[in-house]
Amino acid sequence: MHPAFSVIFLTTLIGAGQGLFLALYTSQVYSLFKLLPTQHMGLFYAVGALLAVLLLVAGLVASFFHLGHPERAWRAASQWRTSWLSREVIVLPVAMLFIALWGAAHYHDLTRPLFQAPGGTEVDLTLILGFIATIAAFALFICTGMIYASLKFLQEWHSPLTIINFILLGSASGFLTATTLSALLDTSLTHFYAGWALLFTVAGLVFRGASLIRNKRLRPKSDLRSAIGVRHTNMAQKAQGAMGGSFNTREFFHGKRDSFVRSIKYIFIVLAFVIPAALIIASFYRPGYLLPLLAFGIQYVGLIAERWYFFAEARHPQNLYYQSIA
Amino acid sequence: MTQLALVIDLNVCVGCHACVTSCKEWNTSGEAGPMTDKNPYGADPSGTFFNRVQTFEVGEFPCTETVHFPKSCLHCEDPPCVPVCPTGASYKRAEDGIVLVDYDKCIGCKYCSWACPYGARELDEKQKVMKKCTLCVDRIYDESLPESERKPACVMSCPTSARLFGDIHDPESEVSVAIREHGGYQLMPEWGTNPSNHYLPRRKTRIKIHEDELERVDNPLSKEERKRHVGPSEGPSIDDMASW
Ligand code: SF4
Ligand code: SF4
Repeated sequence: MHPAFSVIFLTTLIGAGQGLFLALYTSQVYSLFKLLPTQHMGLFYAVGALLAVLLLVAGLVASFFHLGHPERAWRAASQWRTSWLSREVIVLPVAMLFIALWGAAHYHDLTRPLFQAPGGTEVDLTLILGFIATIAAFALFICTGMIYASLKFLQEWHSPLTIINFILLGSASGFLTATTLSALLDTSLTHFYAGWALLFTVAGLVFRGASLIRNKRLRPKSDLRSAIGVRHTNMAQKAQGAMGGSFNTREFFHGKRDSFVRSIKYIFIVLAFVIPAALIIASFYRPGYLLPLLAFGIQYVGLIAERWYFFAEARHPQNLYYQSIA
Repeated sequence: MTQLALVIDLNVCVGCHACVTSCKEWNTSGEAGPMTDKNPYGADPSGTFFNRVQTFEVGEFPCTETVHFPKSCLHCEDPPCVPVCPTGASYKRAEDGIVLVDYDKCIGCKYCSWACPYGARELDEKQKVMKKCTLCVDRIYDESLPESERKPACVMSCPTSARLFGDIHDPESEVSVAIREHGGYQLMPEWGTNPSNHYLPRRKTRIKIHEDELERVDNPLSKEERKRHVGPSEGPSIDDMASW
């Protein structure tokens, strides 16, 4: 497939936004259960939520560049019964709204317990709003992943690994954003977030590696024989019905050399996983916001390369009809 | 239920591209607006087409065969391109099974083109909406045309009659009979799309002739036989040749 930068930015930016919110809410839940020192974090959470919403908005803006008719984008909410793309279009604003409400509730300190849950946990408004936003964030990961995983003849994508990787990679970069933000604002949660960011980065490497291995072993189900229905081992295309290119040659081919594609693979493994992991480990010994910030920046570049490779790697069966012009 | 479809006979298609030009002419002049071309006479021409004829070479020289392969939307009975559309612009008509795009609803997200394994959909670079074969839906029901012309433009134009059009759910229709009697098949059956358009395979007509059918073993008129009977009245008589 041809990697479109609009979609690359959409998926990486909203992934980081969702991950950032999940990081913030995780720490809130931890302190609720007294697993973290409870302290007043209202402003930090509000700033974090604002950043998360900004990331989601940036992703949404990027996605508009993918559309031929962005002014009709509202129509895309109508087919949620069948289309994962439509579901994403609905869930994205819902997630934005509840993350924003959660941040606003923290900003206004609406943390008076509303009722006591069985077990003595005190439930306040932020906990409820955050819980809804968490569900929305996960639903958004699933919708985004399923857009690709549901296309069964794009065999490289048609796997649960696609969704797992969207969750893990989004969480890694989101928790790393939280680490950076926390180090910048000098809260006590920096190491907490850094630990999770490291965990997600390593898990991301494991599962992305698993999908690389899986895809390498894939055998395409279709070949030219089933594509044109002629049984012969030796067939070659002589004309594709157009001398110049067509939509089919632009949209479904990355147009780069194999060596280029392979180099992107190594680049993303190093930039998205290896270097950030090393920098996070180093940040445990050298406090300050510089290392987490560097780790986040490098990982984000790595994730752009990862997403580029994700698209380039997928071989569409229609390409069988566009093997050569002459 | 009705399912309109094309049946394309690869044994007959000569790759003349008449269907391509005729399709483009009819559909670019229709109410839905032009099918945009970019640089049509320039170095890098590119344009929107519903139908393309491709050419494949089968086998190795000198035992090669050229297969011309017309390719358009197959109006699948289980079209994977329809449920993925977020706007409902892509739909399959219940009454005749034609898969269509509503150009006024399409947002040009291209998701449906990813979901079609055949590459049958093309985004119009100027109008920024998805386009594909409509089976000339604006022709086949047009009662101002004589009945014999209520067919897709490609079918009308094919000089070798390689393209048939009809209802594949009616077992007695021309297309169903052709599929049944001439081994009609579907493209990429492995994806369960159940394409309505069928292709008829290349066919060779061969007669089996054995050696002894060409030369009679006991031919009384053969040179050898005649040499054996040299005298008058010794030669072969009519009784030697007729079986009565
Ligand atoms: S050929 Fe492609 S575009 Fe046409 S109905 Fe089938 S899946 Fe959809
Ligand atoms: S390009 Fe148009 S028809 Fe295709 S899925 Fe998007 S909105 Fe639907």
